[in-house]
Amino acid sequence: METPLTAKIRPDGEMIDLAAYERAGGYQSARKAMQMAPAEIIDTVKKSGLRGRGGAGFPTGMKWSFVPSGPDAPRPKYLVANGDEMEPGTFKDRVLLEGDPHELVEGMIIAARAIGADRGYVFLRGEYTDAGERIERALHEANEKGYLGKNIFGSGADFDLRLHMSGGRYMCGEETGLLNALEGKRANPRAKPPFPQVSGLFGKPTIVQNIETLCNLPHIVEKGPEWFQKLSLTGDAGTKLYGASGKVKKPGCWELPMGTPMREVIEKYAGGMQDGVKFRAALPGGASTDFLTTDHLDVPMDFTEIAKVGSRLGTATMIVLDDKTCPVGMVYNLEHFFAQESCGWCTPCWSGLHWAEEMLAAIEAGQGSMEHLARLEHICKMVAPGNTFCALAPGAAEPLQSALKYFREDFERHIREKRCPWRDGR
Amino acid sequence: MTRIFVDKKPYEINPKQNLLEACLGQGLDLPYFCWHPALGSVGACRQCAVKIYRDEKDTRGRIMMACMTVPTPDMIVSIDDPEVRDFRAGIIEGLMMSHPHDCPVCDEGGQCHLQDMTVMTGHNYRHYEFEKRTFRNQYLGPLLNHEMNRCIQCYRCTRFYNEYAGGEDFGPQKLRNLVYFGRAEDGILENEFSGNLDEVCPTGVFTDKTAKQHYTRKWDLTFAPSVCPHCAVGCNISPAERYGTLRRVVNRYNSEINGYFLCDRGRFGYEHVNGKDRIRAPRAGQNAKPVEITRAEALDRFSSLAAEGKMIGIGSPRASLEANFALRSLVGAENFYAGIADAEYALLGEMLAIQRQGPAPATLRQLEHADAAFVLGEDVTNVAPRMALTLRQTVRQVFLEKIEKMGVPRWQDSAVRELAQNDHGPLFIASTYATRLDDVATGTYRAAPDDLARLGFAVAHILDASSPDVPGLPAEVRAQAERIALVLQAAARPAVVSGVSTGNAAVIRAAADVARALAKAAKPVSFLLTMEEANTLGLAILAPKPLGQAFEAAKAGNAQTVVILENDLYRRAPAATVDALLAAGHVVVLDSLETRTTEKAELVLPATPFSESDGTLVSSEGRAQRFFSVYPPVGDVQDAWRWLRDVLGLLTRPEGLSWKNLDDVVEAVARAVPALERIRDAAPGSKFRIAGAKIPRAPHRFSGRTSMLANIQVSEPKPPEDPDSPLSFTMEGAPVEPPAALQPFFWTGGWNSIQALNKFQEEIAGPLRGGDPGVLLIEPATGSAPGYLNTVPAAFAPRPGEWLVVPRHHIFGSEELSARAPAIAELSPKPYVALGAEDAAALGAAEGSPVEVKLDGATARLPLRIEAGLPRGVAALPAGLGPLDGITLPIWGRIEVTR
Repeated sequence: METPLTAKIRPDGEMIDLAAYERAGGYQSARKAMQMAPAEIIDTVKKSGLRGRGGAGFPTGMKWSFVPSGPDAPRPKYLVANGDEMEPGTFKDRVLLEGDPHELVEGMIIAARAIGADRGYVFLRGEYTDAGERIERALHEANEKGYLGKNIFGSGADFDLRLHMSGGRYMCGEETGLLNALEGKRANPRAKPPFPQVSGLFGKPTIVQNIETLCNLPHIVEKGPEWFQKLSLTGDAGTKLYGASGKVKKPGCWELPMGTPMREVIEKYAGGMQDGVKFRAALPGGASTDFLTTDHLDVPMDFTEIAKVGSRLGTATMIVLDDKTCPVGMVYNLEHFFAQESCGWCTPCWSGLHWAEEMLAAIEAGQGSMEHLARLEHICKMVAPGNTFCALAPGAAEPLQSALKYFREDFERHIREKRCPWRDGR
Repeated sequence: MTRIFVDKKPYEINPKQNLLEACLGQGLDLPYFCWHPALGSVGACRQCAVKIYRDEKDTRGRIMMACMTVPTPDMIVSIDDPEVRDFRAGIIEGLMMSHPHDCPVCDEGGQCHLQDMTVMTGHNYRHYEFEKRTFRNQYLGPLLNHEMNRCIQCYRCTRFYNEYAGGEDFGPQKLRNLVYFGRAEDGILENEFSGNLDEVCPTGVFTDKTAKQHYTRKWDLTFAPSVCPHCAVGCNISPAERYGTLRRVVNRYNSEINGYFLCDRGRFGYEHVNGKDRIRAPRAGQNAKPVEITRAEALDRFSSLAAEGKMIGIGSPRASLEANFALRSLVGAENFYAGIADAEYALLGEMLAIQRQGPAPATLRQLEHADAAFVLGEDVTNVAPRMALTLRQTVRQVFLEKIEKMGVPRWQDSAVRELAQNDHGPLFIASTYATRLDDVATGTYRAAPDDLARLGFAVAHILDASSPDVPGLPAEVRAQAERIALVLQAAARPAVVSGVSTGNAAVIRAAADVARALAKAAKPVSFLLTMEEANTLGLAILAPKPLGQAFEAAKAGNAQTVVILENDLYRRAPAATVDALLAAGHVVVLDSLETRTTEKAELVLPATPFSESDGTLVSSEGRAQRFFSVYPPVGDVQDAWRWLRDVLGLLTRPEGLSWKNLDDVVEAVARAVPALERIRDAAPGSKFRIAGAKIPRAPHRFSGRTSMLANIQVSEPKPPEDPDSPLSFTMEGAPVEPPAALQPFFWTGGWNSIQALNKFQEEIAGPLRGGDPGVLLIEPATGSAPGYLNTVPAAFAPRPGEWLVVPRHHIFGSEELSARAPAIAELSPKPYVALGAEDAAALGAAEGSPVEVKLDGATARLPLRIEAGLPRGVAALPAGLGPLDGITLPIWGRIEVTR
């Protein structure tokens, strides 16, 4: 089994420096990309079938093709790596950021070449201080070598890449909120269209790309799209970083072929459920995805297949719910997070999530009513995609609406018994 | 035009507008909050959701926000679909979650957009049973009250205050359902347009603090179509009254001038009419022992003075054309003098001549759509404030056009601002001191007035070599002039703004030459000259003799009686000169407020302030506009023209009999002064009726008319009659829409807030139906292009031991009437003299240290203010305030450190 993304990561947890990275074949793809025409790189990535690893799964090559090119294109153009990994239960980009920062830098050089970006930013979650130090070091090393800055690799092109540590809001993970934050504004989302590819950072053409997506690029350029397609078990190409948290024996993150089923991730890599608890359900790709249950354990985890069963692959880092944990309490915890992270821009989000949080708190405290359940369902409808300004609230509704579907009896028991059955013993 | 279907009915709409605007423009009711016609769309509140169907076969449709949707041909839209109605009800319920349910006792109730939209959407019972979020309110100064618990997070306030008006001391804080709109700490809002928040806020977060002191519900107010009396821009206003007190002023939309917004001077200056300084009765006798007399006694004395000997009259730039003309009729044109300082009057004559020869003055709307602007020598924010807000939008035009070409519509506000970033279209400001528009200027030039003129002439010369060259211009100034000329030349619609504030004729001539050079190059140039008072231009058109000649006449014994109309001469000339005039003969003053001049009068006749009178004003744009009284004067107070008419009557002059009402005076003016002929058309005359009825000044829900005075007399008094206008003082009258010039207020079924305006426009943000009020008196000149004004001054040369003292205008304090309103007075600066940092250092004086200022024989001790950027050899005094306010600036004077 090939693990191109994580192969160079040192087992001792230290970062791989530029010399070691190059010894292992690093920066050859960047060199190669500088010899390629931008259109050729875009074409290669399109053919590879690479889809964005941030959660939405948008085809990367197609996204790039929307960036204006040619001599009349506005300048500068920007490339931004979205390292604001704040999705609850998600810690996959961190593995790459801390373990192999040069892979990210190289990926960004390739992407910058493809879209003609002059400047780049790594927008990093504020709490990722270790990753921040390592990226800073990698940037320094790459600049020293002439891989970044002016006239990179002697190509005549410039690519100025900098690190920005986030002030810290979940909204900064949303690409337009991120761009506002990077400009020093409130991290509110922006209206689309115009899309960032046309009017992004400082109103200039911009590509915002997830860390894992960018890290795939050196390998695609090196080994070709067919190789990348074959890494996968299903129709969606490549490998994928999968994760598991919750009451599994060995929570963690693993690079596996795209399409690995949930059962295999939990049983083979996470060591199965802890003794005394049983698997009940999981959020497959972070907090803002719908619950999947035992019925879905064998569904291949890729963008297409997970969507078919009513959820999303998201970040592919699952949060496992067991039979000894209160699902209402779990959903309340999540909605508290989402309500708190609402930027306060659009009404259904700031009012709906706050209200949902209050009702879940009441239900969990044994003060809920059946009326609350109807209203929670109504709020999920209110924040459906398209009704809100950005994807935060629709994402927040996913665990809630699926919990109301799969754990209805648990909610009703809280209401009937006027207590949390888990907290007070069953 | 494009056809769309809304709930199966076809509508022809303007595809450049968004779907919300299109629907509202068709008279459809679609609730909204965050969209504002002048601020555009941002899609935050999600209230204007509609269903859009792919085609006729699509039965499910998609919920979309109308304000963010571009209408396309044959688009199928539903407002009425049950699912989208339910969605809108859900939104309003969310918005109302923490909103106080206290409409009956809330001061916004009855004029609240949120209340209207809630009723429209059908939300009634609150299901949210948890604790509401509450906030601490801030002290924001004397103009606005802050009540954050009412906030619904629509972001309109910050979009207006920060993005539209350029304010920096306010904004959103915190997140989620706890967003707080305020300042970093308590304090006076700095922006000169803050008062608009009262109307921009869809509910009562920001409310008029002055109105709060004498609060009245909107439905209990009596309104009138009026014109702001506090500067020469001529913004349209709706002042409102109850129980004989002027309660507040709200914006009266005019798409050519003020649009949706007023400045704070205009909105809050009204309280001068309620103050203790009002003259309520005629009085005779000076100084120590004045006696109140009756109207008949007053007229008797006045007419005997008129019969006694030679009488001269001094007119007023703040009185109506009719009042000035009545005075001119009484004393004769040869004895009628301008109530303006001579230097300013000369300047005014020049401005009028320039505008008549062309280019004719532009409207603010034209200025807004200019794509490059050059402000020469004018402090726009402090002299013609509303124009400054327009210039802030002018600088966006280039980007709006560019962005439209990219396929992003103008109304898509956040996308437009994102693309434009902090780039401003070209705006050059050449001024004596730093101005409040400098932050959006692409270039500034700071110099003494003569040097500003030289820059202007240089620009004109570069644009057209046949205009005079400027000898000895320093290289860097020439480079600056070249930059400006290049930009104006490249612009499709350049604008040139200048005006009175430097008091320097060469500056105005230079601006005119720039405008003429552009016009010669076939550019549609917007040329605007500011003036100071509400009827400055009107008075100038009446062509009175200069004030200085009145002083001469008095000195020569040719003025046994001086009649002064609505004017404090101590603001127009040095005190000693005025003293001499007032001591030379009998003095009759007609005014609404006590002034230093009324103190010296032997006969004082109480005239009506703007809120109790009707008349015509001519704005700096040359627009004649009629203003109407909000309520009738009480007791012996009457319009100045009526006092003068009555005296004419006692003198058995024909006007005394023939001037029965305002129509007659308007007609007399139009006949006597050809340039004013068109003032007849400024508004329909008093005989105008709709279906035989007058137009009500009070809303139809006006309460208690029959019982308002029951504490005085039980039987219902006859409502006062208004002989001068087709407006009634009550709610009785035609229940239909009057012509725009007679529209007292905007209100329509279901739309109780100021946003009812949507229902009165030809299209959203377009002209009022039937055309915006006012007639333009200065039309573009025909025939040969005017020549250049070859008067390049020599470079400014500082004088040792002396300073050229220039006026520094203040939006709060420099204008006479508004300065008497307590809230404005609180914001007015204390008297001072300003020097540049270098000059102050050379003088050995620090900020605040007392210095002695000697001007034109007068001396005053004033604290020093250091204004960075004031050129060497130039000092500034606040215009219209302080002990030296009668001395005409600029003037050379001495400044010494007090020992």
